[in-house]
Amino acid sequence: MWYEDIKAQFILNFVDDDRWIYLTSGLVNTLKITVVACIMGILLGIVIAMVRSTYDKNIESMHKGLGKTLLVITDAICRVYLTVIRGTPVVVQLMIIYYIIFANSRNGVAVAMLAFGLNSGAYVAEIIRGGIMSTDAGQLEAGRSLGFNYVQTMRYIIIPQVFKSVLPTLANEFIVLLKETSVAGYVAVRDLTKGGDIIRGVTYSPFMPLIAVAIIYLVLVMFFTWLVGKLERRLRESDH
Amino acid sequence: MTTDILIKVEDLKKYFKGDKIKALDGVSTDIHKGEVVVVIGPSGSGKSTFLRCLNLLEMPTGGKITLEGTDITDPKCNINLHRQKMGMVFQHFNLFPNMTLLKNMTLAPIKLLGKSKEEAEATAMSLLERVGLADRANAYPNQLSGGQKQRVAIVRALCMEPDVMLFDEPTSALDPEMVGEVLDVMKELAHEGMTMVVVTHEMGFAREVGNRVIFMADGRLVEEGTPEEIFSNPKSDRLKDFLAKVL
Repeated sequence: MWYEDIKAQFILNFVDDDRWIYLTSGLVNTLKITVVACIMGILLGIVIAMVRSTYDKNIESMHKGLGKTLLVITDAICRVYLTVIRGTPVVVQLMIIYYIIFANSRNGVAVAMLAFGLNSGAYVAEIIRGGIMSTDAGQLEAGRSLGFNYVQTMRYIIIPQVFKSVLPTLANEFIVLLKETSVAGYVAVRDLTKGGDIIRGVTYSPFMPLIAVAIIYLVLVMFFTWLVGKLERRLRESDH
Repeated sequence: MTTDILIKVEDLKKYFKGDKIKALDGVSTDIHKGEVVVVIGPSGSGKSTFLRCLNLLEMPTGGKITLEGTDITDPKCNINLHRQKMGMVFQHFNLFPNMTLLKNMTLAPIKLLGKSKEEAEATAMSLLERVGLADRANAYPNQLSGGQKQRVAIVRALCMEPDVMLFDEPTSALDPEMVGEVLDVMKELAHEGMTMVVVTHEMGFAREVGNRVIFMADGRLVEEGTPEEIFSNPKSDRLKDFLAKVL
């Protein structure tokens, strides 16, 4: 009977030898990497976006001096970072960091967190920069006229507004990141995808483990999409 | 009115695009304590640039601005501290759309003046009361009319207890029926002795409330005097021409 076949397959792939643990421990690693990389990406992205947009908006009106020189240099560094990160595949970056930069480390999860964080930072930076550039110049002026300095105005007034307007794009970046971490297996990280693949390698039956992995990703993405939708509705309170 | 000079402006210049556009070309004047100075002039005359230079929202190309004895155009001067003493009201309100009115008004006093939340909110509420919007304290700016927004913008600036208030065409973006409610708040403020510099097209306000009227054209201060002198007895042709068009 067909369902007995499925049952046997299910038992073979997930129950025998407690193979389901490959999936759950893999899922834990995937989530760890994604969450840490996401936080890192957002922090890095905010800093880079601030440097880049400060440069774009103010460089022409700045007087010569230490401040201007520092801004020119940091902006140049940021540009190089953005070009390199966005111009090379994330798998290659991951392997470079694992096999070259941290060649002595066997902590694949930590390396993956760093690699995906650095990668995500570049994309988040451009998302946030777009948000900063599109906020009304009057908001910055209002903040400055009250006596806030540039960084305070950014922190208290501009960034919260930018965050709200870029939230959907940022959420999308998080979802992309979640799925991108599936290549972590390249540096011997046992993430969700690798877990499914290990089961497949043992049982020689690809259908069950791979479909299970796909369903878990799908459920995760649907859950986060729902969560962001809720957050967006809360933030929209002020729009009426 | 006392004769203490609050802001001294000397030979103020602001050029754009190298020196192709001379938005301000050598403006000098004194703003005295308690004085209401109204700046009028055709569009492009540099009056908004003049006002925005006073708190360095525009960095002057040349000249000197002294606020209560401190040269604020000196690069070593911490402009952020001086801006706290200069409230500014914008044509487009520039309220923070993601914050309630109360939050709009208490953010700066809490973060910059170190006031407690309770203290800042008490001040904000009494000011909202004065402009008749106390019941909207927890509303968001986008739920208000233009006139209401501008009244909130005025009291937001007042929360910092400034020594001078700068108004950049505060009624220009309003529907006609809302102009009055904003001008009333400004009049009340003037009567309380607040030092004010007002860029406006409201000639009625200039005549009624202004202690001194400055007429600007082509980046220069063309004529200044009491409202009586400016409106009833204009001397320069440029001013006569302007008044003929607007009155």
